Amino acid sequence: MPLNPSITDQMQKTRDAWFRTVTFLFALSIPLLLLLLVVILVGQALPSINIFGAGFIFSSSWDPVRETFGALPYIYGTLVSSLIALIIAVPLGLGSALYLAEVSRSKIKEYLAVMIELLAAIPSIIYGLWGIFVLGPLFGLSMLSGGVILAIMILPTIAAISREVFRSVPNIFKESAMALGATRWETIKLAVFGPARSGILGAIILGLGRALGETMAVTMVIGNRPEISASIFAPAYTLASVIANEFAEASSDVYLSALVELGIILLLITMVVNGLARLLIWKTVGKNNIF
Amino acid sequence: MDSVKDSRISGDLPAGRDQEIRGKIDVLNLNAWVADKQALKNINMKVYENRVSAIIGPSGCGKSTFIRCLNRLHETVSGAKSSGNIFLDGENILRTGFDEVVLRRKVGMVFQKPTPFPTMSIYDNVAAGIKLYSRYSRGELDGIVERSLKHAALWEEVKDILDKPGPSLSGGQQQRLCIARALAVKPEVLLLDEPCSALDPISTGKIEELIHELKKNLTIVIVTHNMQQAARIADFTGFFLLGELIEFDITKKIFMAPSDKRTEDYVTGRFG
Repeated sequence: MPLNPSITDQMQKTRDAWFRTVTFLFALSIPLLLLLLVVILVGQALPSINIFGAGFIFSSSWDPVRETFGALPYIYGTLVSSLIALIIAVPLGLGSALYLAEVSRSKIKEYLAVMIELLAAIPSIIYGLWGIFVLGPLFGLSMLSGGVILAIMILPTIAAISREVFRSVPNIFKESAMALGATRWETIKLAVFGPARSGILGAIILGLGRALGETMAVTMVIGNRPEISASIFAPAYTLASVIANEFAEASSDVYLSALVELGIILLLITMVVNGLARLLIWKTVGKNNIF
Repeated sequence: MDSVKDSRISGDLPAGRDQEIRGKIDVLNLNAWVADKQALKNINMKVYENRVSAIIGPSGCGKSTFIRCLNRLHETVSGAKSSGNIFLDGENILRTGFDEVVLRRKVGMVFQKPTPFPTMSIYDNVAAGIKLYSRYSRGELDGIVERSLKHAALWEEVKDILDKPGPSLSGGQQQRLCIARALAVKPEVLLLDEPCSALDPISTGKIEELIHELKKNLTIVIVTHNMQQAARIADFTGFFLLGELIEFDITKKIFMAPSDKRTEDYVTGRFG
């Protein structure tokens, strides 16, 4: 005799099937949303794509009056400001992560780790305000100011993730290096950097992804002038900034559609960068089982 | 340190015909703690040069902690402490200010799990330790790598695949690679922390043969939970129980006629 005759095997199976269908639909909604996003953006950008074609990417002219638009200064501004951010944030981030994960034995490291995560929670407009008052007088409203503010904003991402990567390197490798007579720094070189290599690269690229897409703080300090200048003390403009600044005042359809096309370019750049980061992190997971 | 007489040893020392037996490491009143738990209680023991000393005992008896004190790896774990004296060739290695980096070049170690550095080739794994201390030409490095791999009885198996990653080898080969890595540094003492417990019987046999070969030039301390292994390869055996060294003596005596009832119970399989 069954323990609970009111629930039959058949009913259990039906419930399971329902459960599976409902959760599948929920999961499906995410790629659908992404698809919808791309379709709408491409639809809105079509006029601009039709008029300017591939030349849009290589043209430096941005003249709403004559309705000639080109993305090059914005692509340049986005890439260079992010590069400056990486040059500053990577050594700082990796250095502090190493200290927190490998070097420090005191209690302070726990507080420091919390503070790094707090940095990530500060709204970007606050960074922007700080940048206007501190970086403005120092470097002017320029590419360099934009890069520095971005560096500060991606520092917590790089530090927090690489700290986790360092901590996940099995202790036995570190002990093996120490047993060979390695000093603390040599132990890190021999036994930590190797296994953590692709994880660190992943952390850096996630930081880069954030720098590429950051809008508010950068807009406030980078000077917002669509020019390609060799000097990092000259004002510049990023893809995200120009969309935020000019969207409300875009008077014609072509103007609006050119801004949307800038958005698509930004989306593509960040997708490629993030995809690369995931790939690298997965590679680490698969090879060394450290996550 | 010409201690042929050792009050702690009851039997005759198995000295070679042409070779006087000599103490290499002298452990005096060693205590060790892991967090708040005392892992070793007042250990006194002598390790003899060019001999194999085995440390046996049930899990958690402190045998691993003991050999990790011999290269001061014990103290690198947070919350771990030790007190007492360990003399290596008459010099107290536990003295504050003694350079543990120098110590670990003299006292090498191989762990339970084979631990070749995962992103390095076989060649680079062997060269990893020596590269830390001085610069060598490629030719000198080639020579050291070949010699070390030969000493570890691995050369014939890997000489054509030296640029393959270390972890691509089998478990037994990886463990011999780790032995080669330790030998490349030219240590005087080699600590083996259950080196065969993750290996199959054939690989275990190879490592045991190797240990027999290595003791011609090295002093070896091996921790093992396998009593047959201790009986096969060790000249001396120490039995640890609950952080105490119950008995340390010539291996034959430990297994055939132990002085302590607890040793007898353990080696005859009555507990542990």
